[in-house]
Amino acid sequence: MILIVDYMMGNLRSVQKACLLTRKDCKVSASWREIEKAKKIILPGVGAFADAVKELKRLKIFDVLKDKLNSGTPILGVCLGMQLLFSSSEEAPAAKGLDIIKGKVKLFTGKVKVPQIGWNQLGIKDKNCPILKGVKNNSFVYFCHSYYCAPMDKSIIAGQTDYGAKYASVIWQDNIFGVQFHPEKSQANGLKILKNFLLL
Amino acid sequence: MLTKRIIPCLDVLDGRVVKGVKFLNLLDAGDPVAVAKIYEAECADELVFLDITASFQKRKILLEVVRKTAQAIFMPFTVGGGIRNIDDIRDILNAGADKVSINTAAIENPQLIQSASKRFGAQCIVVAIDARREGKLFRVFSHGGRKRCKLDAISWAKKAQKLGAGEILLTSMDADGTQEGFDIQLTKAVSSNVNIPVIASGGAGKLKDFAEVLTKGGADAALAASLFHFRTLSISQVKKYLKSKRIAVRV
Repeated sequence: MILIVDYMMGNLRSVQKACLLTRKDCKVSASWREIEKAKKIILPGVGAFADAVKELKRLKIFDVLKDKLNSGTPILGVCLGMQLLFSSSEEAPAAKGLDIIKGKVKLFTGKVKVPQIGWNQLGIKDKNCPILKGVKNNSFVYFCHSYYCAPMDKSIIAGQTDYGAKYASVIWQDNIFGVQFHPEKSQANGLKILKNFLLL
Repeated sequence: MLTKRIIPCLDVLDGRVVKGVKFLNLLDAGDPVAVAKIYEAECADELVFLDITASFQKRKILLEVVRKTAQAIFMPFTVGGGIRNIDDIRDILNAGADKVSINTAAIENPQLIQSASKRFGAQCIVVAIDARREGKLFRVFSHGGRKRCKLDAISWAKKAQKLGAGEILLTSMDADGTQEGFDIQLTKAVSSNVNIPVIASGGAGKLKDFAEVLTKGGADAALAASLFHFRTLSISQVKKYLKSKRIAVRV
């Protein structure tokens, strides 16, 4: 069973709808018991980092998720869900993320508008990344975010995007995947990436 | 790099697309979902639904349209029109919209921008501004352009950004419906004074209008309604043209 974590941060219907194209056993749930049973996890989410951490803790999902990820269950973090995998965020310096990926989430700086909203290109850095299989270099995907992930270990950057400067838009570390864009809103390119993850 | 967006806008009345959309290959040109699918196939970057339903009782129909659209397309879409409070916003987002656009309610109660942005994230709160020239300034109008406000567009846009708006949807009431080009000065004045994306609306008629507003006007996106619905221009035509002018678009 594929579990889409529902922690009250945004609408998950579109993520589920996109996943159902590939697999029928996709469930949306906020129950830590369901998360414990999941074969694969998708952590979506839009909104604020601190609120998300608070919700994950309130629902008793935070530690269960950490255990699952440490034990090798594949996870795909989407947008805020990707950021939550990291140690901390400039958005809420006091809140601690899941800390599965070492590094920081930072606010865009320089001469760009914040948030970045729209279609930007995905430059593929690691051709072996299984969720990017069959995705062409510089494919367009849809972004909507103010903060970006800066992993300490640069070798986990599987895809990068240019917005003022290059940043990690796809990360891959063993069983952990994160995408900063919204695959469920990125038409064919996004659906391909979701499909790759679901069929891992 | 981040591309400029081309956004078709559908006016929806009691759950039906109005303004006489002309799609030859479409059995029911009034069905918002069918029209949304066509625009998706044409490489529209986003969709905007503007609900012009007057009666409160019929608002539920809109949520049903949003739900069906969210089921049918895999691209972002925004819903605006008649949104009064946090509950309205929550209902629309829960039905599957990615963003909401608020206009009159934000003018009457600017705190709504702040609380909505805090609750749902700035990225899904679009503040729509309707403005008309008055001497040297751009006057803001509410209630679908019927009520003149004290605000001027530039300071209102700045305030909206400060309160947590993620985007400005800027309509020139002077240009709207003329098909004689966007109001470049208005767009420039607003886009150069905020650091959030600005969607320019009103006046699109020719290919070069799009290029102008996205370059000289400094807009991040351009929105049009009738022009696309009546097939005067197609979205792909606009995008091909922009690409030939070396403006970054997704084609």
